[in-house]
Amino acid sequence: MQGMSPIVKNMTRLVAGFIALFGIYIVLYGHVTPGGGFAGGVILAGGLALVVLAFGEEFARKALTHEAARTADSIGAVLFLLIALLGYAGGVFFTNLLPAGEVGKLFSAGIIAPCNVAIGIKVGAGLFGVFVALAVFRRAGAGGQTGKIEG
Amino acid sequence: MTFAMVPYMVVFLIFVVGLYAIVAKRNLIKVVVGLLILDYAANLLLVLVGYRTPAEGAPVAPILVGGAGKAADLAARAVDPLPQALVLTSIVIGLSVTALVVALAIRLYEKYGTFDTERMRNLKG
Amino acid sequence: MDQVVPLLVAIPLAGGFLIPVIGRLTKSHRATAVLPIAMACGLLVIAVSLLARPDETIVYWVGGWTFPIGISLVADGLSKLVVLIIAVVSLLALLFSLEYMTRYTSPGLYYGLFMLMVAGMNGVVISGDIFNIFVFLEIAGIASYALVAYGTEADELEASFKYLVLSAIASAFILLGIAFVYNVTGHLNWAKIAEVIRMGGGLTMPLYVAAAFFIMGFGLKAAMVPFHAWLPDAHPSAPAPISAMLSGVLIKACGVYVLCRLTFSVLGNHQTFGAVLVVLGTLSMVLGALMAIGQGDLKRLLAYSSISQVGYVVLAVGAGLVGLGLAKDSEPLAAAAQLAVFGGLFHLVNHAVFKSLLFLCSGSIEYATGSRRLDQLSGLGKRMPVTGWTLRVGALAISGVPPFGGFWSKLVIIVALTQMAALGHWAFYIPTALAVATAVVTLVYYAKVQRSVLGGEPSEASGRAREVPFAMCLASVLLAVLCLASALIVLPSVRARLVDPAVRVLSAGAGSTAESATVRAASGDGEVSTPAAAQVAAKEGMTP
Repeated sequence: MQGMSPIVKNMTRLVAGFIALFGIYIVLYGHVTPGGGFAGGVILAGGLALVVLAFGEEFARKALTHEAARTADSIGAVLFLLIALLGYAGGVFFTNLLPAGEVGKLFSAGIIAPCNVAIGIKVGAGLFGVFVALAVFRRAGAGGQTGKIEG
Repeated sequence: MTFAMVPYMVVFLIFVVGLYAIVAKRNLIKVVVGLLILDYAANLLLVLVGYRTPAEGAPVAPILVGGAGKAADLAARAVDPLPQALVLTSIVIGLSVTALVVALAIRLYEKYGTFDTERMRNLKG
Repeated sequence: MDQVVPLLVAIPLAGGFLIPVIGRLTKSHRATAVLPIAMACGLLVIAVSLLARPDETIVYWVGGWTFPIGISLVADGLSKLVVLIIAVVSLLALLFSLEYMTRYTSPGLYYGLFMLMVAGMNGVVISGDIFNIFVFLEIAGIASYALVAYGTEADELEASFKYLVLSAIASAFILLGIAFVYNVTGHLNWAKIAEVIRMGGGLTMPLYVAAAFFIMGFGLKAAMVPFHAWLPDAHPSAPAPISAMLSGVLIKACGVYVLCRLTFSVLGNHQTFGAVLVVLGTLSMVLGALMAIGQGDLKRLLAYSSISQVGYVVLAVGAGLVGLGLAKDSEPLAAAAQLAVFGGLFHLVNHAVFKSLLFLCSGSIEYATGSRRLDQLSGLGKRMPVTGWTLRVGALAISGVPPFGGFWSKLVIIVALTQMAALGHWAFYIPTALAVATAVVTLVYYAKVQRSVLGGEPSEASGRAREVPFAMCLASVLLAVLCLASALIVLPSVRARLVDPAVRVLSAGAGSTAESATVRAASGDGEVSTPAAAQVAAKEGMTP
């Protein structure tokens, strides 16, 4: 897939940072306002997909690669499992270890915030990986090639 | 059949439409869309089940603003938040299944050159 | 000791996410396989250690949040049995994949998906509330759709697509059922739902509709006729170790286990649901066997045979349910019903073992000769001795020839059904006769398989065959030994450890009410044997 016109490229350069910031905001404030890990992750993935659409598949093969997406995906998931396993230090699997704080503040609600961050990383990277695999690798696999995704 | 039953009837109708699309359509992509509609109908029913009419006033969404002092007030007036959490999970599951089925459909297109299920040997409905 | 229960899900889940990364870092197949096999051994150790105290029901509250808002993991007799089966079959299938999957690419993805499937199945079996069962069901399901399509040939993609669509319809029905149940009872926890239904005086119309949705949805996952259409396409197309996992444990953990839980412990009205299960089981048993006779593809024949054998399990369990529902006062009927449930669970264990063995043997045959068609294979008995002997053992076991385990489980089922029929319920003679007839038909088609594949002169395809590598032989031989060893479950000492706690859990859930169990627990009268009573007792213990 080719990139788009220079107008779109310039606008994307300006806007992509804000989209990422908005996604991070939704993830971090997940325990105060609606949103949380999944919704923020989808916004992040959308921003990354916008960049790939505007700049073409060369960008996807060099900078925002499929490999990086899958590694970030696994990191997010393992981070979530680590938080759950750390609960064993408090006695039970998945216990709340951090202080609960006051309702409505940013630093409150125990382990929900780190869990949201882990899920945000995973969903963002995972959805972006799905987008790249479906849209960019479209012609890679005709004729009996085994294994679903390269590498 | 009272007026309150209308949303449930509509959800049932959406479910039947999705089921019809899966069973009766020949194009792979239409089957995928039917699957999506089916999932949405089930999610809608879950959200509807959580609806509560409070003792006074209109029901509000279960979002707590203004600190812990307002919690009892919210609990008296809000709709049930548990089905909403269930629906979030269910939407994510639906997303994963959709991603997988679209990937399969693309691969099938590369093998056969068509989306028509009549031309594919084993698929029957 | 109780703290290991969440590890049953956490360990394979970690594996599912770490293994693809490892697979991309080290390009070698065998290096990638080290971690999954280590994890499977760990799971087996946990499963066996759980069985060390067979009668204890472990209720684990995740995060310390308790009844009624917390998420609970429940490991009672039935869960421990199924966890053991999953651990054993997955370890041996992984051992087999060590050599078999060298023919495919991306080992990291394969082992990662395999571990995710195991995590999902373990989660279904130990989860204590309906919605977690749905979530883990979907995790296992998505992993299995991807694994069925793993070879990405045209046939496999079609089979996976059909499997996915039908299974997604079933999941939508299950979600509808969950919505109905939540609407009526207001809870998601198994134990609390059972309590609310009993206090509320039994099943109302919405709950019957929800039960119908559940039976449709989980019946499709268990591949019962008339919801079986996906299985004859999906199981042959998957790689052989995945076929073994699908046929051996997935349809049981996701389908039969949840149906047992639902109908025995949660809903009331055992006669109706038992009758439905008996009818569905008999249909599956007969139709599966009839359709298996005419198959020319070895793995497709094995898939239809799976439908038939799972029909046996459902028939036995359903008959037990009917008996327990009718047997409020009558002692002999209750004993016969418990024998039927024992027979069903025994056959479940047996079928997991010998069907996985048969699929692994068919995988070995395909690895060595490149063909699955019965008319192209012959004379393999001379060229591949180990595979030939293990195939014979598996076929004899599933046909019900003594002294292998299959004979004993079918005998128990038929004896229990006859006892229940003789106690005055004449209708049970029909399924008994059909069960005996189906056993004969099973013997016929497996004898045909043995004769055509192993006997005679080597055909052109089997002329190329050599014995398969050591790891695959080892897995097949271990499973063959287990086929013989599972006959030992008839012995009282083995039976009391393995299967009887499960039978007791199911029949207690069918008979007792939450109140009487709580009274028993509060008076310190030994351990409680139903998850309902255990969770209610925990709640009582919490409030001062």
